[in-house]
Amino acid sequence: MVAPRITVNGTATPIAPAEPHTTVLDFLRERGLTGTKEGCAEGECGACAVLVARPGVHKPTDWVAVNACLVPAAALDGQEIVTSEGLATAGEPGTPPVLHPVQEEMAVRGGSQCGYCTPGFVCSMAAEYYRPDRCPRGASGTEGSGGGHGRDAGDGTRHADAEHGPNGFDLHALSGNLCRCTGYRPIRDAAFAVGTPPDEDPLARRREQAPPAPVATAYTRGESAFLRRDTLADTLRLLRERPDAVVVAGSTDWGVEVNIRARRARCVVAVDRLPELRELHVTSGHVEIGAALTLTEIERRLDGSVPLLAELFPQFASRLIRNGATLGGNLGTGSPIGDSPPVLLALEASVVLADADGEREVPLAEYFTGYRRSVRRPDELIRAVRVPLPLSPLTAFHKIAKRRFDDISSVAVAFALDVEDGIVRKARIGLGGVAATPIRALTTEAALEGRPWTARTAEAAATLLRAEGTPLDDHRASAAYRSAMLGRSLVKLYARTTEAVSS
Amino acid sequence: MSHLSERPEKPVVGLPLPHESAVLHVTGAALYTDDLVHRTKDVLHAYPVQVMKAHGRITALRTAPALAVPGVVRVLTAADVPGVNDAGMKHDEPLFPDEVMFHGHAVAWVLGETLEAARLGAAAVEVELEELPSVITLEEAIAAESFHGARPVMVTGDVEAGFADSAHVFTGELQFSDQEHFYLETHAALAYLDESEQVFVQSSTQHPSETQEIVAHVLGLHSHEVTVQCLRMGGGFGGKEMQPHGFAAVAALGAKLTGRPVRVRLNRTQDLTMSGKRHGFHAAWRIGFDAEGRVQALDATLTADGGWSLDLSEPVVARALCHIDNTYWIPHARVAGRVARTNKVSNTAFRGFGGPQGMLVIEDIMGRCAPLLGLDPTELRERNFYRRGQTTPYGQPVVQPERITAVWDRVKENAGLAERRREIAAFNAAHPHTKRALALTGLKFGISFNLTAFNQAGALVLIYKDGSVLINHGGTEMGQGLHTKMLQVAATTLGVPLHKVRLAPTRTDKVPNTSATAASAGADLNGAAVKNACEQLRARLLGVAATRLGANPSDVRIVEGVARVLGGDGELAWDDLVRTAYFQRVQLSAAGFYRTEGLHWDAGTFHGSPFKYFSHGAAAAEVEVDGFTGAYRLRRVDIVHDVGDSLSPMIDIGQVEGGFVQGAGWLTLEDLRWDTGTGPNRGRLLTQAASTYKLPSFSEMPEEFHVTLLENAAEEGAVYGSKAVGEPPLMLAFSVREALREAVAAFGPGGIAVELASPATPEAVYWAIEAVRRAGDGAAGDGAVAAGSGGGGTVPAGAKALSGA
Repeated sequence: MVAPRITVNGTATPIAPAEPHTTVLDFLRERGLTGTKEGCAEGECGACAVLVARPGVHKPTDWVAVNACLVPAAALDGQEIVTSEGLATAGEPGTPPVLHPVQEEMAVRGGSQCGYCTPGFVCSMAAEYYRPDRCPRGASGTEGSGGGHGRDAGDGTRHADAEHGPNGFDLHALSGNLCRCTGYRPIRDAAFAVGTPPDEDPLARRREQAPPAPVATAYTRGESAFLRRDTLADTLRLLRERPDAVVVAGSTDWGVEVNIRARRARCVVAVDRLPELRELHVTSGHVEIGAALTLTEIERRLDGSVPLLAELFPQFASRLIRNGATLGGNLGTGSPIGDSPPVLLALEASVVLADADGEREVPLAEYFTGYRRSVRRPDELIRAVRVPLPLSPLTAFHKIAKRRFDDISSVAVAFALDVEDGIVRKARIGLGGVAATPIRALTTEAALEGRPWTARTAEAAATLLRAEGTPLDDHRASAAYRSAMLGRSLVKLYARTTEAVSS
Repeated sequence: MSHLSERPEKPVVGLPLPHESAVLHVTGAALYTDDLVHRTKDVLHAYPVQVMKAHGRITALRTAPALAVPGVVRVLTAADVPGVNDAGMKHDEPLFPDEVMFHGHAVAWVLGETLEAARLGAAAVEVELEELPSVITLEEAIAAESFHGARPVMVTGDVEAGFADSAHVFTGELQFSDQEHFYLETHAALAYLDESEQVFVQSSTQHPSETQEIVAHVLGLHSHEVTVQCLRMGGGFGGKEMQPHGFAAVAALGAKLTGRPVRVRLNRTQDLTMSGKRHGFHAAWRIGFDAEGRVQALDATLTADGGWSLDLSEPVVARALCHIDNTYWIPHARVAGRVARTNKVSNTAFRGFGGPQGMLVIEDIMGRCAPLLGLDPTELRERNFYRRGQTTPYGQPVVQPERITAVWDRVKENAGLAERRREIAAFNAAHPHTKRALALTGLKFGISFNLTAFNQAGALVLIYKDGSVLINHGGTEMGQGLHTKMLQVAATTLGVPLHKVRLAPTRTDKVPNTSATAASAGADLNGAAVKNACEQLRARLLGVAATRLGANPSDVRIVEGVARVLGGDGELAWDDLVRTAYFQRVQLSAAGFYRTEGLHWDAGTFHGSPFKYFSHGAAAAEVEVDGFTGAYRLRRVDIVHDVGDSLSPMIDIGQVEGGFVQGAGWLTLEDLRWDTGTGPNRGRLLTQAASTYKLPSFSEMPEEFHVTLLENAAEEGAVYGSKAVGEPPLMLAFSVREALREAVAAFGPGGIAVELASPATPEAVYWAIEAVRRAGDGAAGDGAVAAGSGGGGTVPAGAKALSGA
């Protein structure tokens, strides 16, 4: 058996003597690869971004940028990563390196000032550079299906706008990277200037090969272990033996606990590469989304076919986080301010829970039982999320936060309405940030159903919606603002739908 | 044209060049202080013992439990200090305190073989505390009269006579937020000893000489036994002007006591909870206007939240007072300043250094009063611009008032102001739930340290036998491009191509007694010192070349690395010239020096001419506000900024853009919240992580962003005709706040003074809209005031309008 190792910039590098909780960031820095920086240690600033070779959506392999500060090194056993140091090609001794195209654009356009955030930006930018379906906007009929947030020009084509470059670069690729010096303009210019990778580019070529296979890992130091099993059945047996295990997929939540709250687990179990958790099926009755698919994978594979989810993804954390985060994780942690639960509640989704003996399906509305608590037992895994079909046609997701990219909701509201012949036939409203758990706005739903979809109905229901839940005062928002935003969201939904009809 | 400002033939200054370390940045090869740890053997890691109470006297500190933790090597306490137990210049900052002065105050440091061991050791240290009453908010400090330091008063004219002559008198208050620097690289230091026990400290510091001084006095050494080096910083913004000293001293003390290298690196939580921030202020004001809207008199009191120790709070307040006029002539003024003493981190320098705080007060007044005066805010601002012959309230003549209008008129033109205002009016008429607004603000910012002695700099320039040049200067590189500019200055003065010149990291054993790289003055001061050193060398080399070429030295020019005689055809290549000079035993190194001439300042009377010149700029910002939520977008920004004749245009545009966005962050987004309640966590910083303290991201940059540097703007008094650039552009962001105010007003009937909390977060904007709507629903008339309740702990501004006093 090969000792746990990661291929870093083409060189196989043993993970030992790192601790099981040691992050990829510290693993790299301790080996002298100090280009990868720590800015926040909680996946907010992106200074630690690195590229990981992962199963691709449109090609066998995608280069995916993730926050190295959140991922345990042991989670990448057998995997390949590239850092800012690995993107440049070393020159002859005594000559400067040949810069990668994204490095070149960043350097010549003034994209770096203090330079500390720059390697992370370079990695995020390189991931978007290598996105197979990125292609120039305005070219007829060649629009990419990946980014998915191009502004519609009305004639069905997308073209360059403030968030999309003429080269198809989706600025959301950089939504998880913070720069305190430049004000971002030169970084945007660099992003919008990069071309298409030439055929001989080694990282472009790497996309055509199979991704590194997941490797069963048992990395133990002293009393703590990082474990990965090959199959769901083995994993479920392990969870039954180790009820104390912490289950991770992208580790975007657990990584924060380790770094910021100094939590240490004796047993961490990785589930992110289990094939049974990575399927996406559409049947006549539902869409079933594997719990360990990353949000980016879901976003790209659904490609807008569930509009409410398509509206959610760009507002869910950042691209760096979505590249690791999963629906299973977002529901597993059970945070009342997670952004997927309000949407999934409005979609009337259910979760498929698996244990060593079998499966059960639980409606999401019955899943949460209290603050960060749910009906899931420690020996159960969320295997998939099911969204029933057909979908309600009128949907919206309103996230209230201080910052548009990568912020945590002070309150979030998701709507899914059936309006037929001017009458609200069905209304489902999911709320986040107003109670100890995500909740449905049942009173408001009842007040809408059967009523004509008019300003008066919306205003009356908005009054009820304001009173749903028990929002709190905190550093994100006052309780009064949270309540006001609940009501306003419905009035806004009505105004937007009727404006769209009239125009 | 002065000697200092004159540019020679084919200057390297003025060329748009990327940052000199750009290639190192993008490849990750650029080294920062903490990157050195992984290249150093046997490093010990230091971890602070933070006490999580706002105020209390330490009655017991037990370190034995920490020493029992495997891997813990030593616990540093006050008893270990051989010199002075103080980390500040005011001797009010004990490095190891016996009184906890703020929530998170570090009272001891644990050294461990690993960071994990040090962390566990720090958690094991037992501290007993006798809790004492605490002062957290500015209101509490003002009510309790908890102040420290100087209480300056700036007086000009006869204020009461000015009010008597005023047709309109208004009073109001404004409280606005502090701001975290959030340099991406947190505080870091790495110290070790050489064979003779001299201390070498690598420090992320904007002020290596002062870090050296503090390390020396903590260790009981002389300055010549301590060397401080700063490779570069991952951002500073003023946060590393005073604050690094204590961390460097802890590392040095640890190295001294253990004989091993010691690393201090704050994680983000520690950096946020232990280091000082931009001062939040409270302002109370009374202002009088004549019938045409011209300011007659201003009476104001500014209170800065200084935190627990003085640090730089006094000069910050002085600069706030010196900038309350901004671009407006105030004939009669009485402005008092004071520093509140609170149980919070010690607030410090931050880009603008009080200037933004002073200017925010007057720009807020202009924005609030314009509707009450029945004037468009742009018109009100223009009517009050300085004119020739007028002086500031502290007595400095405004010698270039035409620059105020030059940038203003250019930005109006670039922004297409008139046409876009028509478009905006049409848009607003058609959209009941969404409003747009376009606002202009300008700025005048004084350049030089208020304290005259700091306005000096040194440089050391070395030419080696092979013709290569190495420059050292006292300034530090934090991303602002100072080193790039210094390379350009040296190449220009010597007349050599840029690739001939290299720059060495900033070290206290190369240039002594340097000032902080601060006050936007880094290029002015160090550039002039580098130029001075290069001129000495050039003069010597011209003599050598003249002999060789058979000419008078005054007829020889060195251009692009070749010495030539005017009108002659003989020439001598640089490398040959240098080699010749060496064999003639001509000294090929020179120490340069510069002191800014013509400054004087009397801090007692608060009078003088403390600034070499003023920096100017103007910005036009357009926002779109969602009436349902208060959320907004920055649609377009146009800026015209005066950097003199730019030394390095790409660098300068980068400073303007970055400063602007940082200012917009302070004014609209960045929201430091403290626990002001009476519970067990009183005084705790609630927003102590990047997940809760939000800086501008890509979503906050202007969707369209046009920055133009004023042309033909040579500044007589500065190096190669340039002007300082670091701080002033931050204050262009007032245009965003004023645009938000005008967009909020557009939800109401007009004629209403809109009060906007600062930061103007979406929630704050929402409450301001609600207030405007309420005022609109009621009987709104002249002099109505719409106060947006800040909600969530922000203090409403609460202005009263007294018309026709």
